Amino acid sequence: MNTNKTTDNTLRHLWPSVMFTLITVVLFGIVYPVVMTGISQLMFPTQANGSIVSVGGKPVASTIIGQLWKSAKYFQGRPSAAGNGYDPTSTGATNLGPTSKKLIDATRSAIAALKKANPNATDPVPMDLVTTSASGIDPDISPEAASYQAPRVASARHMSLDAVRSLIAAHVAPRQLGFLGEPRVNVLELNMALDGIHS
Amino acid sequence: MTGIGWLQALILFGLVLVAVKPLGAFMARVFQGESTFLTPVFAPIERMIYRLCGVDPKEEMPWYTYLFATLAFSAVGLIYLYVLLRTQAFLPLNPQKFGNLAPDLAWNTAVSFVTNTNWQFYAGENTLSYLSQMVGLAWHNFTSAAVGIVLAIAFIRGIARTDLRTLGNFWADMTRCCLYVLLPISIVGTLLLVWTGVPQNFHAYETVTSIDGFHQAITGGPMASQEVIKELGTNGGGFIGQNSAAPNENPTPLSDLFELWLLLVIAAALTYTFGRMVKDQRQGWALFIAMSILFFVGLVVAYASEAAGNPIVHQLGVLGGNMEGKEARFGIAASSLWAVATTATSCGAVNAMHDSFTALGGLIPMLNIQLGEIIFGGVGSGLYGKLIFVILTVFIAGLMVGRTPEYLGKKIERREVQLAILFILITPLFTLVPTAIAAINPAGLATLGNSGPHGFSEILYAYTSATGNNGSAFAGLGPNLFYNVSMGIVMFFGRFAEFVPMLALAGALAGKRAVAASAGTFTTHSPIFVGLLIGTILIVGALTFLPADALGPIVEHLLMIQGKTF
Amino acid sequence: MSTRLERRPKARSLFDRKILVTAMWDSFRKLDPRGQYRNPVMFICEVGALVTLGFFLRDLRTHGPAGFDFAISIWLWFTVVFANFAEAVAEGRGKAQAEFLRRTKTDTMARRIVGGREEMVPATSLRKGETFAVIAGELIAADGDVIEGAASVDESAITGESAPVIREAGGDRSSVTGGTRVLSDRIVVRVTSNPGETFLDRMIALVEGASRQKTPNEIALSILLAGLTIIFLIAVATLSPFSLYAGSAQSVTVLIALLVCLIPTTIGGLLSAIGIAGMDRVLQRNVLAMSGRAVEAAGDVDTLLLDKTGTITLGNRRATEIILAPGVSEEIAARAAMLSSIPDETPEGRSIVTLSAPRAADGQSAAAERDLRALVPAGSTFVPFSAYTRMSGLDLPGGGSIRKGAPDAVRAWVRERTGDGAAVLADDVERIARSGGTPLLLADDRQILGAIHLKDILKPNMSDRFARLRNMGIRTIMITGDNPLTAATIARESGVDDFLAEATPETKMALIKREQESGRLVAMTGDGTNDAPALAQADVGVAMNSGTQAAKEAANMVDLDSDPTKLIEVVEIGKQLLMTRGALTTFSIANDVAKYFAILPAMFAIAYPAMNALNVMRLTTPQSAILSAVIFNALIIVALIPLALRGVAYRPRGANAVLRTNVLIYGVGGIIAPFIGIKLIDMILAAFHLV
Repeated sequence: MNTNKTTDNTLRHLWPSVMFTLITVVLFGIVYPVVMTGISQLMFPTQANGSIVSVGGKPVASTIIGQLWKSAKYFQGRPSAAGNGYDPTSTGATNLGPTSKKLIDATRSAIAALKKANPNATDPVPMDLVTTSASGIDPDISPEAASYQAPRVASARHMSLDAVRSLIAAHVAPRQLGFLGEPRVNVLELNMALDGIHS
Repeated sequence: MTGIGWLQALILFGLVLVAVKPLGAFMARVFQGESTFLTPVFAPIERMIYRLCGVDPKEEMPWYTYLFATLAFSAVGLIYLYVLLRTQAFLPLNPQKFGNLAPDLAWNTAVSFVTNTNWQFYAGENTLSYLSQMVGLAWHNFTSAAVGIVLAIAFIRGIARTDLRTLGNFWADMTRCCLYVLLPISIVGTLLLVWTGVPQNFHAYETVTSIDGFHQAITGGPMASQEVIKELGTNGGGFIGQNSAAPNENPTPLSDLFELWLLLVIAAALTYTFGRMVKDQRQGWALFIAMSILFFVGLVVAYASEAAGNPIVHQLGVLGGNMEGKEARFGIAASSLWAVATTATSCGAVNAMHDSFTALGGLIPMLNIQLGEIIFGGVGSGLYGKLIFVILTVFIAGLMVGRTPEYLGKKIERREVQLAILFILITPLFTLVPTAIAAINPAGLATLGNSGPHGFSEILYAYTSATGNNGSAFAGLGPNLFYNVSMGIVMFFGRFAEFVPMLALAGALAGKRAVAASAGTFTTHSPIFVGLLIGTILIVGALTFLPADALGPIVEHLLMIQGKTF
Repeated sequence: MSTRLERRPKARSLFDRKILVTAMWDSFRKLDPRGQYRNPVMFICEVGALVTLGFFLRDLRTHGPAGFDFAISIWLWFTVVFANFAEAVAEGRGKAQAEFLRRTKTDTMARRIVGGREEMVPATSLRKGETFAVIAGELIAADGDVIEGAASVDESAITGESAPVIREAGGDRSSVTGGTRVLSDRIVVRVTSNPGETFLDRMIALVEGASRQKTPNEIALSILLAGLTIIFLIAVATLSPFSLYAGSAQSVTVLIALLVCLIPTTIGGLLSAIGIAGMDRVLQRNVLAMSGRAVEAAGDVDTLLLDKTGTITLGNRRATEIILAPGVSEEIAARAAMLSSIPDETPEGRSIVTLSAPRAADGQSAAAERDLRALVPAGSTFVPFSAYTRMSGLDLPGGGSIRKGAPDAVRAWVRERTGDGAAVLADDVERIARSGGTPLLLADDRQILGAIHLKDILKPNMSDRFARLRNMGIRTIMITGDNPLTAATIARESGVDDFLAEATPETKMALIKREQESGRLVAMTGDGTNDAPALAQADVGVAMNSGTQAAKEAANMVDLDSDPTKLIEVVEIGKQLLMTRGALTTFSIANDVAKYFAILPAMFAIAYPAMNALNVMRLTTPQSAILSAVIFNALIIVALIPLALRGVAYRPRGANAVLRTNVLIYGVGGIIAPFIGIKLIDMILAAFHLV
C-alpha cells in the first residue's frame, strides 16, 4: 500500500515459488511439528503418546480407542466396521444410506444378535448398539446401552444387577461442561472397573 | 432435537462471534503491513523469507501478476507433493514402512491438497508415512489455506482501492498469513488438542493385547499439530481415514467444539477484515449475518432430520435419532452441527458419516457446497465467493432502484457482470457435467457403496465436494482409476478456474473510480439487502441443482418415508 | 409543395390499432434466425420450437405422442412470436413517428448564395459551409445558423408546437432546422450539416431505432441472462443422463420444455422492447435523446445543474427601483438608465426603460418605443451584455459612455477610469441582493450614478420538485450570474441544494469537473454557444432546441420544447427504464421456482411415483403439468408487454424504499404468481380435455 511500484514481469515469480516452498516446508513441515512434539511430550506425555493404559506393566489399550469385547462378562461396544472390528489401522464405517437394504438387513440382524446375547434384557433396544459407529473404534456407548447389557453382565459375573448398575452410574461421563456432546460410558474403563482394575 | 443440542450450536456460534472482531481486525493489520504484538517475534523470520526468496514486499502486483504468482506457487506445490507421495517408501520417518502411492492416487491426493479440498481416497493410518503427513499434507494445509486467504485479501483490495491497478504483493501476503495468522493459532491449538487427548509423537504403532485377549495396533504420529491446521485452514484432510470421527483425532466433545471453532473462525473473521479494509464495518457484518442465517437454516433442517431418525429402522423396533455412522460421544446434535459447519465452510473434515445421514440430513451438506461454498466458505475462498454473489445481487437490485448498480462506490458494469457470471458458472459446470458422465458410465457405477437414489447421491456429492473444494464425502463411493483421475481434474478446475475471473474482477474493480453514495444508492448493509443476497444465493443455487438433488436426496427422502429400500 | 405544415404527432395511445397490426406481421418476420440469434435467450427458444416441431413430424410417421409434441412445439413458437411482438410494437411507435418526419423531408429547392448572387439549387446539393437565403413561406432547406436577419419560423413539424419561434442572427437563437418553415421576413443561413446528417435525418434514425445500440446496462444484463441460460442448459442437459440412472429416460421434447421454462425468456423476450419504449417515452416528452446510453445515464445522475433563469425563476426580471448615488439627481440617473437600456432587447432592459423613462424629462414625452429610440444620440454604439464583462451599456459619439451591470464589474470599470473605487451604494446593493433581487450599478465615465433593483420572479412549485429530486438522491445546483447574496436568497426561497453564483463558462466547467471527480454524474441544460464545452463535459447535457447549433451538437439530448425543467422528467424516465429491466429480470428468475414444481414431478412420475409429493399444485397429469408451465411461460410475455412499454410505476423515493417495494412485487410476487397461473391453465386444459 505504501508504494506504487508495480511489476509486469510475471516470469520473475518462478524463483520465489520454489524458494518459498523450500523455506516453508522446513518451517511448517519440519520445525513446527517437531517443536510441537517436543513441547507436547514435556507437557502432556500421556496424551501425546496415545493415552495408553497398562496393566501389570503391559499396555492393554488406549482409553480413547474402542476395543472388541467378546466375553459375556464384559460390556460390549458398538458395531464396528473398522477392518475386522475395532482396527485402528483401518478405521471405517458402513457408509450405508438410509434406504439401503444392506443397512436395514444389518440392523435387523444386529438387533436379533443383541437380543439373543441379552435374553434377560428389559430395556428397549438402544439405537447405538445396533448402528455402526463412524470411526469403527468408538470407545463409548450410551448409558442406555450400558444399562441394556447390565443383566447379562450381572448374570455372567454372578453379581447383583444393582451392583452392576451402580458401577455403570459411576462411570457415566456427563455432557462435558454440562452441554457438550452426549452422556456416555467409556467401555474400557467400565470393564476394567468390573475387573477391579484401576488405571 | 433437544434444547441442549441447540445450546451447543449457540455457544459455538457465540464463541465464533466473539472472535470475529479481534481476529478480523488483527488480520486487517497484518495484511496492511502494520505491526502487531507478534511483529517482534516473527519479523526476523519474515525478513529472512523475503531475502531468501528475493522478494520486495512493497512491490505491488497487478491482478495478472498476482494470479501468476499464485498459479506458479501452486504448480510447484502440486509437483512437489506428487513426487513426495510417489517416493515416500524411500524417504525417512516411515515407521510402518508404507509403500509409494500409485500414480492415480498420488495425482488425486496431490491435487486434493494443493486445492484445499483434501478429498481422501485413502486412509492415512495405513497409507501415508509420517513424513508425507508432515512435510506434504500438513505443509499444504498451511499454504493452500494461505493462498485462499491472500486471494480474498487481494479481492478486498480490489474493492477498497480506487484508480489503482494493483492488488498487493502475493509473497508478502503469503508470508504474513502463514507467520502471523496461521502459525500462532496452530501452536496454541496443538497444545490444547494434545491436552484433550490427541497424540503427538513419532512412534511406530504400538500393539496391545486387551484384557479380553484382543490384539490391536494403537496408531500414533504427529497428529495434533496437523489436526489443528486441518481445521483452521478449512482443509479437512484427516491424519486418520475416518477423520475427526476417529477418537484419536477428536477424542472428546470439547476437542470437537474447539475443532469446530477452528474451522469456522477465520472464514467468519474475514468478514470483519473486509469491513475494516473497505472502511465500513457494517458491510462486513452484513455478510456475516447473511452467512449466519444460511448456516442456521441448514442446521435446523439437518438436525431435525437426523433427530427424527430413519423410519425404516424404526419399523425394526428401535426408536430414536439416526446413529448410523455417528460417534456415541458426539451424538446427533454435535454430528449435525459438524456436518453443517464443515460444508458451510469448505473444510470437509467430518465427525460423522454423511453417507449414512438421513436423506434430508445428507441433502443439507450437499446443498451447502452447491451454493458455492459461500455460507462461510473456505478460508478466503468463502469471502470472495460471497462477494461475487454480492456483486450479482447488487446488479439485479441496482437495476430495480433505477441506477447503474454500484457496490461500495464501484459501478458494476459489463465487465464485472461478465467475470462474476463466469465465476458462478464454474460450480454447476464442474459439478453437473462430470456427475452426468459418471452416472451412465460403468466405471462411474463400479465403486458405488449404495444403490438406488442414494447411489446417485454418492456420485453427485463426490463431484459437488470436488468442485467446491470441500473434501467431505458420501464415503461409500470407492476409489478407482476413473474417480482418482476425474476428481483430480474437477478439484483442479474447481479451484484454479475460479482464480482467473475472480482476480480479473478484483483488478477491474481496483482500477475504477469510486462514485459517491446518495439517497439514490441503496445501502448494502440493510436487512432488505441481506434478504435479497440470501434469496439470490438460494435461487441461483437451488435452480441450478434442484433437478439433480431431486433425483438424489429429495426423492430418497420421499421413498424413505414410504419405507422403500434399494 | 404543400403550403401547410402538419404538426408532428406528439403522442399516440399505447396500443394504436394500426401499430398492432403491423407489429403482428413483423413478429413473424422476426423469426428469421439471422436476426433472432442476436437475442440468445429467444434464439434457444426458437431452436427448441424447431426441434420439437421435428419430433411432431416424426411422430406423425411413427405414431409417437404427436398431440403432446405438437402442443409443446406450438407454444414454444408462440413464446418466440410473443417476444418478437413486444419488440415490434415498441418499434412500431417509433416507425410511425419516422414515417411522418420523412414526409417532411420533401425535395426543397434552396436559394444558394454564391458570390453574393442567389441561385436555385436542390436542397440535397447544399454542403456544409455554404450559405442560402430563405424568404417567408419557404421551407428551410438545411440545418444551419442564421447569419443575417431575423424571422419567425414554424417548427411544428419537428417539435409539434404550433406557436412560431423567432430565429435571428447572432446570439443564442440563431439555429434553424431543415424542414421547418419561415413565416415572415428573410434570413440568410450558413449550412452546418451535409445531407443525410441533418437533424431531421438523425431524428428519423433515432425514432426508427435504426441506430439503436444496446446501452451499457442492457449489455451487462444480456450477459447475465446469457450466463443464466448457460447454467440452465447445463442443468437440463445433465438431467438426461441423471434420468437414465434413475431408469426413466426423458424425451427431448420434455427436456426442451423444461429448458425453455427455466431460461429467462420473460425478460429475454421483453428486454429490447423495454429499451425502445424507454427511448420512445423520452420522445413523447419532446426530448430527442441522441443515444439510449444518454437516457440510461440520466437515471444515474447525482447532480443537476439548473440555470436559474427560466428554470427556477421566470425568465423576466423586472426593474422595480432606482436608488440614487449621493449627489446624483434623479434626472441624470434615470436618463442614463433609460439610454443604456433602449437598445437592450432583453426583458430586463425593457423593464428598466419602462421604469426609468417616466423619470427622465425627455423620456416622459416619448410615448412609443420608436420615439424612445430616437433619443439615443446618433452614432452611439451599444455594448451588449456578455458573460465576461457582465455589463452592458452605450458608448456615446462624444466619447462618453454609460455602463450598467454587475456591481463589482461596474465598480471595476469606474475605478479604471477615475481611480476611485469608492463603496458607493454598497449598503443598498447588499440590501437588494439579500432580498433576492439582482442589484445593477449604473455608471458613467465619472461616477457611479445609482443602483437598479431587478426583481426575480420565482416559478411556482419548484421547491416541491427539488424535494422530490432530493428524495431520489439527486442534488440540485442553481447556476446564476447573480452575485452570491442574491443567489443565496433565491436558492433558499426556491429550495435548491446549492448554487454557483457569478457563474462564467469557466466556473461552470470547473464545477462540473469537481463534481465528476468526487464520483458524481452531472446533468445540465444549456443553450448558448458558451455552454457547449460544459454540455459536452457533463454526463448528460440537454440542449434547448432554441439554442445554438454548437450547443445542440455538444449535448446528448435536445429538448424540442426548450423547457429547462424537462431534465427532471428525463431523469425519471432513465430511472424507470432501469427499474423496468431489473423488475422483470427478478420476476423472470423468481418464476422458475413454480415451474420446477410443475415439471420435475411430472418428469419422474413413472420412475418415482413418490415424487408426486412435490406436485404441490396438484396438476392433473404429467402432460398437462408440463404444457401448463410452457403456456404460462408464453402468456406471461404477452401479459407483461404493457408493463414493458409503459415502464414500472415510479414514484420518487429513496433507493431503499424503492428496493423494498420492487422486491416485494416482482420478487415475492414472481415466486407466487406462476403457481396460480399454472394451476389455472391446468384447470382449463383439464376442463376442456385438451390433454
